[in-house]
Amino acid sequence: MKKLLGIFGLLLAVCLFATWASESFRSGYNIENLIRRTALFGVIGIGVTFVIVTGGIDLSIGSVICLVGCGLPWLLTVQHWSLPAALAAVIAVSVGIGLAHGLLITRLRLQPFIVTLCGLMLYRGVTRGFTADQTVGFADGYKGLRVLATGKIPVPGIQGFEIPAPWAVLVVVALAAAVFLNRTIYGRYLLALGNNENAARYSGINTSRMIVLAYVLCSTLAGLGGVLFVLDVNSAQPVDFGNFYELYAIAAAVLGGCSLRGGEGSILGVIIGTALILVLRNVVTLVTNHSNIEFAIIGAVILAGVIADELVKRYAIRRRAARELAQ
Amino acid sequence: MSPALLEACTLTKSFPGVRALKGVSLTVDRGEVVAVIGENGAGKSTLMKILAGVQTADTGEIRIDGVPAPLRSVEEALGLGIALIHQELNLAQNLDVAANLFLGREPRRWGLIDSARLQREAGQFLQAVGLDVAPDTRVGSLAIGQQQLVEIAKALSTQARVLIMDEPTSSLSAGEAENLFRVIDDLRARGVSIVYISHRLGEVTRLADRVVVLRDGENSGELARHEISHAAMVRLMVGRDLSQFYPHQPHGRSETVLEVDGFRTPAHPTHPLTFQIRAGEMVGLAGLVGAGRTEVLLALFGVQPAVGGTLHVGGKPLKAQKPAEAIAAGLALVPEDRKREGVVLGMPVRENVSLASLRQDQRHGFRDAAREEALSAEMMQSLRIKTPNDRQVVQFLSGGNQQKVVIGKWLALKPKVLLLDEPTRGIDIGAKQEIYRLMEELAAQGVAILFASSEMEEILGMSDRVLVMHEGRITGELARHQLSEEAIMHLATGTASTASTASSAHSAHPASPDLHP
Repeated sequence: MKKLLGIFGLLLAVCLFATWASESFRSGYNIENLIRRTALFGVIGIGVTFVIVTGGIDLSIGSVICLVGCGLPWLLTVQHWSLPAALAAVIAVSVGIGLAHGLLITRLRLQPFIVTLCGLMLYRGVTRGFTADQTVGFADGYKGLRVLATGKIPVPGIQGFEIPAPWAVLVVVALAAAVFLNRTIYGRYLLALGNNENAARYSGINTSRMIVLAYVLCSTLAGLGGVLFVLDVNSAQPVDFGNFYELYAIAAAVLGGCSLRGGEGSILGVIIGTALILVLRNVVTLVTNHSNIEFAIIGAVILAGVIADELVKRYAIRRRAARELAQ
Repeated sequence: MSPALLEACTLTKSFPGVRALKGVSLTVDRGEVVAVIGENGAGKSTLMKILAGVQTADTGEIRIDGVPAPLRSVEEALGLGIALIHQELNLAQNLDVAANLFLGREPRRWGLIDSARLQREAGQFLQAVGLDVAPDTRVGSLAIGQQQLVEIAKALSTQARVLIMDEPTSSLSAGEAENLFRVIDDLRARGVSIVYISHRLGEVTRLADRVVVLRDGENSGELARHEISHAAMVRLMVGRDLSQFYPHQPHGRSETVLEVDGFRTPAHPTHPLTFQIRAGEMVGLAGLVGAGRTEVLLALFGVQPAVGGTLHVGGKPLKAQKPAEAIAAGLALVPEDRKREGVVLGMPVRENVSLASLRQDQRHGFRDAAREEALSAEMMQSLRIKTPNDRQVVQFLSGGNQQKVVIGKWLALKPKVLLLDEPTRGIDIGAKQEIYRLMEELAAQGVAILFASSEMEEILGMSDRVLVMHEGRITGELARHQLSEEAIMHLATGTASTASTASSAHSAHPASPDLHP
């Protein structure tokens, strides 16, 4: 909880600084845009949170986004599939990918890092193969579906600002994820096995099944993210669509209080973490006019955050030891 | 009078949640074998690690030849002539004996290893410990007892004046152990001092010039050579007579709950095991390290499923392929490694206590938070778990309270059979007795209990019946009136044939008098 407040304070501070430093930052258009991007990245961040809670990692998210984001318009406009069939196909593929990752990791005991690193290369390569590296897009079609990503919900009484539709998607996904993680027995199982898989297994928990579930949730949400991202930008290039998105998602999860050692995670935290990264990017571009250093800034902020977290933890342990000695 | 070779004065050491040493002192003279004994958790290991420079004491002083020596690192301790031989041997299995002896101190010539000198010098030290193998033998091909001698030779090669041996016989056969004792006698005659840590009171009687007893992080007493006796040592270790420490009541005989027939564990598939346990019966599982006790418990519980034989719980057949199935049939396991298999260290008490029963208390997949809270409150009270509240992370509880959390987790499911593996390892003496009382209460309620233990006193004090294992076999079964340390060690080291098990029932080694008040 303290960690959440800390990261939220940091987000507020960065926002306040940006509001003061840049006129364009506080424009309704910019803020709408930030919220829409936060919502899109938030969905994939929630997905990877489940995997990180188990102590695993998923490096293939960006490539799944590429596969789904390019595959959906390709099926619709090149292969002329019907919309329901195409949507069902890309979601089924996402679920299947998660299932494959989970089974390879639990049954064959392969390292999550290796399995999903191979996925990272595999899915993007496959996409570049079947699209022949050509840009795919919806052109002027599928306006109804695109509302999901580009639509806006007006706020009564406020002019010049409307809530982007993906925010509604994020709220639904986040609520479901938070209820699952914090209120069901399965969420508790994930947290327990992420902390100590042996103890969870010795307590009668089917840890393999839970781990598979986490990878399925992650890939499925990455697939949903892929659909939303491509609806947002209308066309996608297989060579770089979704590139590095897994790293944004992982960084957001870590900033939001997940431990890569497993057993810790917060849905609200990952959303705040996502927002912080995107606001930082935005600020770097607007304030310095050097968007090419954005990765350096984001990297430095995350590193500083993780170092601060570790130091606070050590301080707390020392203080506890001192207190016990005094007793 | 010249100062003692090694003097440790009022050492203290704390870890998160535990005060391991509360002011322990120890002196060792030249050419003396000092046995340090005490129950698990008494502070022996911590004391030894401090003397060997592995850990540093919080307060207190160590003097060598009367000169204060802070011992901040293993190198420093070795430099002053103190060497620790760990219970688990630290040898590179892939290298030869000579290379292991001089690892990091290889004789060199032109910057390269001088192999001829290495082999020659290694040979001398091997001779000193009576180990008759060529210095270029690969360590991995030696028996455990021989490897132990390599460790001793290695320590001698550093000019050690004090050898600390931590449970050196825990994985040795009787013959190997006897050989080790001869080496120790020989070293003593040559003026080397030995600090000998053991649970085995028989060995201590055989070897020690003096016995130092620790209890709960403090010195509880010291016995000179002529005062050493089994009863005296036990009294100092547990603080009172055994009969008062172990709350054992004979349990009424009723129906068989656990029936194991021709059971084969994956670790020892060629040795079928057959035994039964009745409701309310407390059965001890004794044996040396590596005898296969843990493997039996893990197979019963479905962690490492059995590869043959049958298992019945309450008359119903059980094919435990995973813990969930064993649990559903009424089994529960308190595992050996509490921190890795028992508790989820990073989770609060409440969430640990409810972990196994979440499934039965669920409502369509949702947790029943009210039930969880009530359960943890109930367990905290009935098991007397000492914690500020149930939101406390288990990591910060003492070992004894962590163990109670593990037991509480199972009591929520009302098991028919409770399996415990080293139930009191690493916990202090007060909590230990509470665990015993708890086991006793559960047996009185009709729970069948099977517990594996390496602590002889615990096996002798708690069991209605003891199964003794040796190299994967059950080599004998002893009823309570037949129990004695000697009878168990005979079976555990494989020196009694199965046929003589029956005869040992007739000769019935009388247990030490304080077992039968």
